[in-house]
Amino acid sequence: MEKMFKKIFDKKHISRTVSYLIVIVGYIIIQLMMNTVGIKNLFKSLLVPTCCYIVAALSLNLVVGVSGELSLGHSGFMSVGAFAGILVSGLLEPYLAMGWLRLLIAMLVGGVIAGIVGLLISIPVLKLQGDYLAIVTLAFCQIIKSLLNNIYLGVDNNGLHFSFVQNKVVLSNGGRMLLSGPMGATATTRLATFTAGFLLILFALLIIYNLTYSRFGRTIMAARDNRIAAESVGIHIRNTKMLAFVISAILAGMSGALFGLNYSTLQPAKFDFNLSILILVYVVLGGLGNMTGTIFATIILYVLPELLRGLQDYRMLIYSMILILIMLVTNNQSLKEKVEALILKIKTRFLKKGSVAND
Amino acid sequence: MTKLVQYPSGAYVLERDAYSTPVLETYHLGIDFGGLSAVNNFNIIVGPTEISGLIGPNGAGKTTVFNLLTKVYQPSKGTILVNGHDTSKMTTVDVNKAGVARTFQNIRLFEKMSVIDNVKVAMNNSMHYNPLSAIFRTPKYYREEKRIHQKALELLDIFNMSDLANTEAGSLPYGAQRRLEIVRALATKPSLLLLDEPAAGMNPNETKELMATIRNIRDKFNIAIILIEHDMSLVMNICEGIAVLNYGRIIAKGTPKDIQNNPVVIEAYLGKPEKED
Amino acid sequence: MAFLSYLINGMGLGSVYAIIALGYTMVYGIAKMLNFAHGDVIMIGAYTAFYCLTMFKLSTFTSIIISVVVCTILGIIIEKFAYKPLRKASSLSVLITAIGISYFLQNLAQILFGTDPKVFPELMRNSTFSLFKGQLTLSYKTLLTIIACILIMIFLTIFVNKTKTGKAMRACSQDKEAAQLMGINVDNTISITFAIGSGLAAIAAVLLCITYSTFTPTLGSMPGIKAFTAAVFGGIGSIPGAFVGGLLLGIIETLTKAYLSTQLSDAIVFMVLIIVLLIKPSGLLGKRIHEKV
Repeated sequence: MEKMFKKIFDKKHISRTVSYLIVIVGYIIIQLMMNTVGIKNLFKSLLVPTCCYIVAALSLNLVVGVSGELSLGHSGFMSVGAFAGILVSGLLEPYLAMGWLRLLIAMLVGGVIAGIVGLLISIPVLKLQGDYLAIVTLAFCQIIKSLLNNIYLGVDNNGLHFSFVQNKVVLSNGGRMLLSGPMGATATTRLATFTAGFLLILFALLIIYNLTYSRFGRTIMAARDNRIAAESVGIHIRNTKMLAFVISAILAGMSGALFGLNYSTLQPAKFDFNLSILILVYVVLGGLGNMTGTIFATIILYVLPELLRGLQDYRMLIYSMILILIMLVTNNQSLKEKVEALILKIKTRFLKKGSVAND
Repeated sequence: MTKLVQYPSGAYVLERDAYSTPVLETYHLGIDFGGLSAVNNFNIIVGPTEISGLIGPNGAGKTTVFNLLTKVYQPSKGTILVNGHDTSKMTTVDVNKAGVARTFQNIRLFEKMSVIDNVKVAMNNSMHYNPLSAIFRTPKYYREEKRIHQKALELLDIFNMSDLANTEAGSLPYGAQRRLEIVRALATKPSLLLLDEPAAGMNPNETKELMATIRNIRDKFNIAIILIEHDMSLVMNICEGIAVLNYGRIIAKGTPKDIQNNPVVIEAYLGKPEKED
Repeated sequence: MAFLSYLINGMGLGSVYAIIALGYTMVYGIAKMLNFAHGDVIMIGAYTAFYCLTMFKLSTFTSIIISVVVCTILGIIIEKFAYKPLRKASSLSVLITAIGISYFLQNLAQILFGTDPKVFPELMRNSTFSLFKGQLTLSYKTLLTIIACILIMIFLTIFVNKTKTGKAMRACSQDKEAAQLMGINVDNTISITFAIGSGLAAIAAVLLCITYSTFTPTLGSMPGIKAFTAAVFGGIGSIPGAFVGGLLLGIIETLTKAYLSTQLSDAIVFMVLIIVLLIKPSGLLGKRIHEKV
């Protein structure tokens, strides 16, 4: 049984089909539930963020799993995308009534700007290797957070007003503050929908899978598996890794834009180091390079703490214990064997009981 | 019988290659590691169809020469010409594009990728479609992928590996891994192939097979080959010119016959015969 | 004179970073892992010292000793139960486990000690003194921090270079297998390294609390990230590197806050880190490791 499962999940195109299917089926089921039995408000509020985190995790897996570079600053790109998206949507609001179109434009712009930032950052980042590369991505994430914390931007009849570090923006009557430093965006019109999140996941899967199963994916993985050999057959390591990095930044930016437009207020501090780490945990637990696993891991690990809400203070404690246990069991051979033996024991006992009942 | 012609730099070249542009020329090539000279005044010329050998005791600097030729290390002094082009400003990637491909002493495959993908990676520079084409799967993408798949299979077929195409490279047996490394190097369409101890770890039968393969490669692809090898029967059998390296310097050059009878070479390998009191 | 005072205050802050960075760098050097839970060991150290001083009314010295002991034991326990089973696992798995430990300690502290900020008791009354006819005012806290840091540095350098255990640590950090073949108990050596790093965390905790006077269960996070940066800055794995990196980071941070901008100080500090790494890709005192081809 387990072997059969392994075979199914090993074949690359089948895993791709499974990813798409899971996302589509999941969407249909949730939509049906919303329209018939209805779902709790708590869960409804989790739908869009879950989609955003899935896309962020998928895009991070392109860098960490497929390209093999540890990035600790992924939330920075989400942050850039989020505030760019909020700005665009805010500026377009008086001229464009259609919410979905504004959301689409905001996501595209958020993605493009995050992509440009990603490109600029990748130039210094990819000069380094290993843990040094990781720490520089962390540094950039901190810098982005720090800069966004100091941007004041408002709009009124006279146009845009901008100031840095200190709030000197004075608006005429009817003007709106779009960004106010550490307070971030306030009074954003919420445009994000579950359907948009669903489509974004499909789009991310399309980009990641199609890129992975192309000459670019091959060179990205070759550069990961053996840098020196890849260079010896004419693969330009930096360009190759840059492509993965920028595409990942674009997708993270788009997910950020959707995330930003899901809340009426959003502070830059939301996209801190801890968020980067959270997404990294989804990626590692889902499996490096395994997109289906990433989707599952994100859903389970994001929704789990919410399910544990009844336990109040203890929920994050339990969450962290589960996290440690999973890592220990999946990575230590003797523990793995012990757990497998235990599962087998339980299984046989259940089967016995079942057969007795059948008699 | 192969005949050698001497160049003014002291390097030899095969008579039949004497009037064509050499595929590789090095002049006073050298590298220092923290004051220690690992390779010094290394001069060779390799003609476009020559199989030559680079031999010498362990630690003589043979692999370092390969690393210099492929720019894994930047030379401290001297020049390298590939097909007549100066490579002093080139990187490893550029040198490969200029026509030099290599294998490694400790096998370096893309282990988690399939055999055919290993070959396709090496063919990447002859593929023409951009990332957008890949993401949105344009007809060009399909056309190019199909073409390269065909070519990769053909190349694998020459080495009897086409039935292994979808196997993970890391799970191949040792001999097959060495072969795949050669196939991968050839996939970049080199004019010079550098083989770093291709027979290491092979039994006599496999070595014999390898000899035939190397000759075949030269005849079929019409390229030059330099190989580093400790197996003297292989070297003496297939190499037309041999350079012997010791302490980073060439101590002897010539045809296999010259080398076999050269007292300096024998001394380098076996040490000085002790004088009896 | 103002510059000098900022410089010395920067050195004070930098000394704290340096002591924390030592914990990161020693563990990295030997276990090749980023111990993200280090910041939270500091936090536990702070609470231990706090309760010793306030609840049990112990003397400052005893409190610090107890805090060091608690952190050392905690470090050994973490290493034994969480990291040791993962010796052969990928570095990412170890990293995630470390993050798990970090969450665990933070949340445990929140449950045990509450989330409200605690005020650390004043350990030194007469807190400032003047030099150069009153032109330069320095606090004893700063001076104490700097001296503590220098003493720790001297102690560690002697320990690592002269003692048997220290030599074993250096051997393990270069080549674990070779060290094992030479009869060094690698597991014990790694445990000792964790123990020393965690013990240092307790000292850093007390110094942090003296400097900032209030603390919460997230006390360790930001200094943790900064010290980690400092360790990389100096060349991760290198003990003098952690010292230099920590001091420089503290000085840069203090000077930026004084002369450039308080709000942007973090951005500038991290920018300097990036520039340093671009010029010296393995940190100021780190060694570049070449892959053998």
